[in-house]
Amino acid sequence: MSDIEDRVRKIVVEHLGVEEAKVTENASFIDDLGADSLDTVELVMAFEEEFGIEIPDDAAETIQTFGDAVKFIKEAT
Amino acid sequence: MFDLTGKCALVTGASGGIGGAIAAALHDAGATVGLSGTREAPLQELAGKLGERSHVLPCNLGDPEAVAALPKQAAEAMGSVDILVNNAGITRDNVFMRMSDDEWSQVIDVNLTAAFRLTRGVLRGMMKSKWGRIINVTSIVGATGNPGQGNYAAAKAGLVGMSKSLAAEVASRNITVNAIAPGFIETAMTDKLNDDQRGALLSQIPVGRMGKAEEIAAAALYLASAEAGYVTGSTLHVNGGMAML
Repeated sequence: MSDIEDRVRKIVVEHLGVEEAKVTENASFIDDLGADSLDTVELVMAFEEEFGIEIPDDAAETIQTFGDAVKFIKEAT
Repeated sequence: MFDLTGKCALVTGASGGIGGAIAAALHDAGATVGLSGTREAPLQELAGKLGERSHVLPCNLGDPEAVAALPKQAAEAMGSVDILVNNAGITRDNVFMRMSDDEWSQVIDVNLTAAFRLTRGVLRGMMKSKWGRIINVTSIVGATGNPGQGNYAAAKAGLVGMSKSLAAEVASRNITVNAIAPGFIETAMTDKLNDDQRGALLSQIPVGRMGKAEEIAAAALYLASAEAGYVTGSTLHVNGGMAML
């Protein structure tokens, strides 16, 4: 498991208050992890801060699952 | 009664009567205030009166780039923006049939679009700190309409709809969004009325006098306070009974 994955998972767990085991590659923030649309905005904000990157709105819309987030951040860092 | 110690408030239109009074009231309650307005001299004068915990942040709200930069400048100057008071407003009155596109869009740009952009700009910080107060100063005419003010009334009514929608979005984050709708308030503008105009106006106000800027400021102080945490999406009408809404 990569360091980036760990850090993303930690943010998701803390922010959405879900069990770590539920945060799997294909877990959708909204459908599987109970996020509402505002949570997804906040998650993106938290990723930006943690990794010192900028995630434009059109890219943010494509980040639907935990795997999407990890992939995007890996490419951006 | 209301303590804003440690909170930072950005007030637009602080060079005007109502905005200046709001900034002073929040400052008196312990808040750090960012005074924004187009004219720098009155802002400096107010900052001089308030002393510590006041910052001058000139901004032309008709300039989209300046509007986009203001939330950041305010956060850098004060440390954060916990309270935003969208108070700035302009009028370009004209009868509807003669109203130009420019008169329409200038009023919408400054009174409504700038408030939207500033609010969007401060939300990130409020979401992170899970606390925020957004106060939009609208007007009685946003609810009642007023001949010659189609543009102004549209912008002010727009602020109310914007406030309600955002209030619903961010309520779960402890951010409240409310509007204050002043009636006729004693300002440099109303000082220019002659006795006849004044008499006609007062006959429509049950309280029998115009309001004071401090009476609007008191409403803003309440809505900014921790005690008003259960009030969101509402419009507080402060109009001497002129329209009972």
